[in-house]
Amino acid sequence: MAEAIAPKTEQKLVTLTIDDRTVSVAPGTWVVDAAKQAGIDIPVFCYHPKMEPVGMCRMCLVEIGRPMVDRATGQPALNEDGTPKIQFGAKLETGCTIPVSEGLVVRGYTDKVKEERDQVLEFLLTSHPLDCPICDKGGECPLQNLTMHFGPGESRYIYDEKIRLDKHVPLGELIFLDRERCIQCARCTRFQTEVVDDPVIGFSERGRALEIVTFSEPGFDSYWSGNTTDICPVGALTTADFRFEARPWELKPVASICTHCPVNCNTTLNTRREAKAGGRQVVKRVMPRQNEWVNEIWICDKGRFAYHYTESSNRIVQPLLRKGGQLTPVGWDEALAAVADKVKKAGGKLVTVAGGRLSNEDYFNIKKLSEKAIGPALLYSQMAGGDLVAQVGLGAGSNLGDLGAGSAILVIASDLEEEAPLWWLRVRQAAERGATLIVANPRRTKLDRSAKYALRYDYGQEAAVLHAMLDSFSPKRPDHPESLRKLLRDDALKAAAQELSQVESLVVFYGSEGTDLAASQALANAAANLLIATGHVGKPNNGLVAIWDKGNAQGAWDLGLRPSENLAAQMEEAAVLYIVGADPASDDPALAAAVDGAQFVVVQELALTKTAQAADVVLPAQAFTEREGSYTSGERRVQRFYPAVPAIEGMRADFAITAQIATALGLNLEQRIGSLAFLQLAAANEAYKDLDFGKLAEVTEQWPIIGRADVYYGGTTYDNTQGLGVKLSSEADRGQSPVLSFAPLQEPAAKDGLVAVPVSRLYDRGNTILPSKLLSARLEAPQVILNPEDAESLGLEMGKPAKMTLNGVTSTVTVHIDNSLPKDAALIPRSLGLAISGPTPVKVAA
Amino acid sequence: MNEILLRHREINNLDQLPIYRQNKGFETFKRAVTGMKPEEVTEIVKASGLRGRGGAGFPTGIKWSFMDKNNWPHYVVTNADESEPGTFKDREIMESNPFQFLEGVMLCAYAVGANAAYIYLRGEFWDLAAELDKHIEYLEREGLLGDKLFGSEYGLRLYTHLGAGAYICGEETALLESLEGKLGQPRLRPPFPPSFGLYGKPTVVNNVETLANVPLIVERGAAWYRGFGTEKSPGTKVFSLSGNVEKPGNYELPLGTTFRELIFTHGGGIPTGRKVKAIMPAGASSSLIVADDKALDTPMDYESVPSVGAQLGSASIIVIDDSVSMDWLINKTVHFFQHESCGKCTPCREGTYWMRHLTERIHQGGANWNDVILLNEVATNIKGKCLCALGDFATEAVTSSIARFKGDFEGKTQAAPVKMEAKVSS
Repeated sequence: MAEAIAPKTEQKLVTLTIDDRTVSVAPGTWVVDAAKQAGIDIPVFCYHPKMEPVGMCRMCLVEIGRPMVDRATGQPALNEDGTPKIQFGAKLETGCTIPVSEGLVVRGYTDKVKEERDQVLEFLLTSHPLDCPICDKGGECPLQNLTMHFGPGESRYIYDEKIRLDKHVPLGELIFLDRERCIQCARCTRFQTEVVDDPVIGFSERGRALEIVTFSEPGFDSYWSGNTTDICPVGALTTADFRFEARPWELKPVASICTHCPVNCNTTLNTRREAKAGGRQVVKRVMPRQNEWVNEIWICDKGRFAYHYTESSNRIVQPLLRKGGQLTPVGWDEALAAVADKVKKAGGKLVTVAGGRLSNEDYFNIKKLSEKAIGPALLYSQMAGGDLVAQVGLGAGSNLGDLGAGSAILVIASDLEEEAPLWWLRVRQAAERGATLIVANPRRTKLDRSAKYALRYDYGQEAAVLHAMLDSFSPKRPDHPESLRKLLRDDALKAAAQELSQVESLVVFYGSEGTDLAASQALANAAANLLIATGHVGKPNNGLVAIWDKGNAQGAWDLGLRPSENLAAQMEEAAVLYIVGADPASDDPALAAAVDGAQFVVVQELALTKTAQAADVVLPAQAFTEREGSYTSGERRVQRFYPAVPAIEGMRADFAITAQIATALGLNLEQRIGSLAFLQLAAANEAYKDLDFGKLAEVTEQWPIIGRADVYYGGTTYDNTQGLGVKLSSEADRGQSPVLSFAPLQEPAAKDGLVAVPVSRLYDRGNTILPSKLLSARLEAPQVILNPEDAESLGLEMGKPAKMTLNGVTSTVTVHIDNSLPKDAALIPRSLGLAISGPTPVKVAA
Repeated sequence: MNEILLRHREINNLDQLPIYRQNKGFETFKRAVTGMKPEEVTEIVKASGLRGRGGAGFPTGIKWSFMDKNNWPHYVVTNADESEPGTFKDREIMESNPFQFLEGVMLCAYAVGANAAYIYLRGEFWDLAAELDKHIEYLEREGLLGDKLFGSEYGLRLYTHLGAGAYICGEETALLESLEGKLGQPRLRPPFPPSFGLYGKPTVVNNVETLANVPLIVERGAAWYRGFGTEKSPGTKVFSLSGNVEKPGNYELPLGTTFRELIFTHGGGIPTGRKVKAIMPAGASSSLIVADDKALDTPMDYESVPSVGAQLGSASIIVIDDSVSMDWLINKTVHFFQHESCGKCTPCREGTYWMRHLTERIHQGGANWNDVILLNEVATNIKGKCLCALGDFATEAVTSSIARFKGDFEGKTQAAPVKMEAKVSS
């Protein structure tokens, strides 16, 4: 069942009258929002329901009357007929800045108000270029819509006196500004400042010369810039991806889910058939789709701009079979027969390695195939704890949007904005609503700005930090090593622990900053223990969240896949190595060697990756845009995605290919329809029980009301009509008592020089980003990040190249310096071309 | 008379600290800090009936008493942005009677419990700010500013801050934004500065002249102050007289003095051979008063000026004689407001720009009567729709001159209206 966003009924509602309709709303609601709730659209430009009002466009002026009070008695003054006397002000008032009050009378459609709207629109249009026929916003533009509703039919302004301003101003390489179209509503600048804390754009000059400028280098340096084009009420801000590409009315909207990170933002893919794609239906842009439980109305720029890999020219369009040493195009029957032959003979040595971006249906079939073949089903990941998340993860009914005063959030071992941007946003907002935010990380991250406690520790101590927190209020284990006892003397840590033990709701996010698989396991255990010991499991808005490196890693865990501690060895020993949606050979030379060492390698992929090039059989899979399926987010919300473009002839869905391979072992898995595969997995998994694609497609009314092309303009974010998904229950929700699982803490090994530690970056050089040319300028070069002391003693300078030797491989990297880093740590961002799976000794020299 | 604000014209070298102190300077401040409760200072100012001299005429003591006592720290901000065309009173006070002004700031700070006070000056007053900085340093050396003043627990620091050349920063909330280092645009009100001001803290924003009254009010008492001016507008006022008069300048006179007395008795009248035609009593923001006998005999106080269709405002009296045509005049004022509109509100940003095109065309003789009607409508459509008063101010001279000096425009337009009828009213 989709949860309804119910108005918070604990508080007393305020009743007012708007255009003769009586409406009761929460105190503090602005008049324009109260009207919207009553079904009355008061037009707005600068007001946006996700931001504080500024009252500057003057579009929402309405007549507001207030009940009069009899001065003598202090009682409400009444008319002769007993109705309250209402006094209207001489001036109209901005509905976006007036909070509701009891007995208020609002008139939104009187002649006086309509005349005013006509006048404000006439003012706006005096300096508007009226270039709708070539404007990207045309068709979904509130200035157009409001002019049609309320505006003057003709202009009294002399066209030749129109102001002429620059029309193609790049604020960065992603966003363009048309200064003539800008109506100075400040939605974009306020969004960047208030909502995402990246105040990199602002106003310069004044009056009609007022102009949006960027203060950053590179321009408009923010992971959120695309959202400003959604909320821009005119065509002033457009994306480099979509500008002059298509008209909104030509586009078909299809619901989808972003797979770049575990948030699983709801998106709408806009597609159209076009000549330059050979008449094919192609994705023209990715837009946010409202889901107030997940991404509200926002998506990050990676989600918006890094979708081109699905249409990359590098896609494999036909199965390939190695013949005479060469990968040769063959038909499906021949390729599958070759695989079946080997799988039948594998005898327990079928090793399956799956990436973290497949659908639940794919994982279900992979797990079934592996079980039948008695071989391991491995998740290609360096993070652990998905089983613990299933036990004590966020309870059913959770919504990060509900966290506020009385809640605490602990984020450990993560640079959250880099790893899961929307969670960063939601956590920041919770902190602004009064939640206690504790950020524990060896170095400073952007989330620290919102934190009440920013705790530092040395890389490798992440689990110890949580043990220390637990011990600080329940000292049960005197056998801890000295390093942990040292942490216990940290007053901030103790205060943070004290606070989180006492709150109503506690959510713990753990990431993978500086951890390998073993460290991740220890961290996840410690985090689960902290939650269990403080009673923060098995209820809404409490529990554990893993900040996975891939979009559906939690789904993989839920369906039985597990990462491997000795992946290279397991791969190398395989009789049949079946790799699905993963490219280990590109990531690590050791894994490349393991692929080469396996007897027979089957790779199921979109593109001819380095791993695929080493395969014996390559099976072309459909991209998520070409098929249906479901994903499970890090919060354990199961959501559907839909086919947006027709599948290219020759490619098949991953679950279908796996099912076809499984027939070799006499196993009958669903190989046609995703929804049927989902029914099978639901029947086999307690948490997914009773779910089907119909339930995942249920929607409910969401507030604010966005995306219905009405005059109360929330932006081009799509209304959610295709499904809000279902939040799974945890085992603790279902009454299973979670068990504390203490692993003894090891004293960290004595340090001997620099240790390379992996961290994550949003814009890495992974296979899903590289094909998006737009982002190429934002992708960083291979680099090492050092603290200033270490850099100085090694004779290294910021921005200069250095020679780095890691795992026996020497490469040239760029030096970055971060003064919040602990000594002896050399940060290596993952997937920038340097192989790193965990803390590793490293040599860096000038 | 230069009884209160322009005392330096009577007392030589009053801008020297020793001379100011010989004239009882800072005794009142010391007495207040050592012997009076802050509320007592506020009460005296309240009782004096002193009203804000920045233009709005809001009772000063009442403003001080609005400070939110549950939210600290409190700040005092002096509005020394003096940007209204025709206004030059604060400059003379700060230049020539600076210590009385500073003592006023200090008394205000003590009254509202502020330990820091800022003096926000327009950017062109950079030399004046440098002088004030020297004075402030001097006062610190003399132990009149700093921590634990006169052995009490009270401490106070003063700071000057220069604007960057925007008229709008004379609007108190835009001033606060600018002082915080942000773009100078007005804030939504409410909340008003006494509850949410500088850095979101309770703040009193007062004009220079307002505060310069305070030392003598506290020294000599409310009753003494009420001996000047009218019942509802007590005290004296510095009238900045400019325009077509023989002796322009600042004149300190009791509120309630008539226009006639200011212009003819003190200002030396109109240049020979010409006649007074109109008066703008509040600088460029003003409506144009037809300078007939009724208007000339109107007392200049906050209550009386509206009876002739204008506001007293900052009392920057611009006199206009019969050599001036109103199309020229409003072209000047509209250019000014178009240049100074901050751009926040649509009607002001777009409307002043539109009006500028119209007034320019009318003044150049390229317009017809429909343009005058349109100008009047554009002005009317701006009025009452903006967040701050700048939008309204930009229209005052326009609508009042079209209504009251219609002939000036008829002379400048080419053809009679075809169908449109001007909806003008005085």
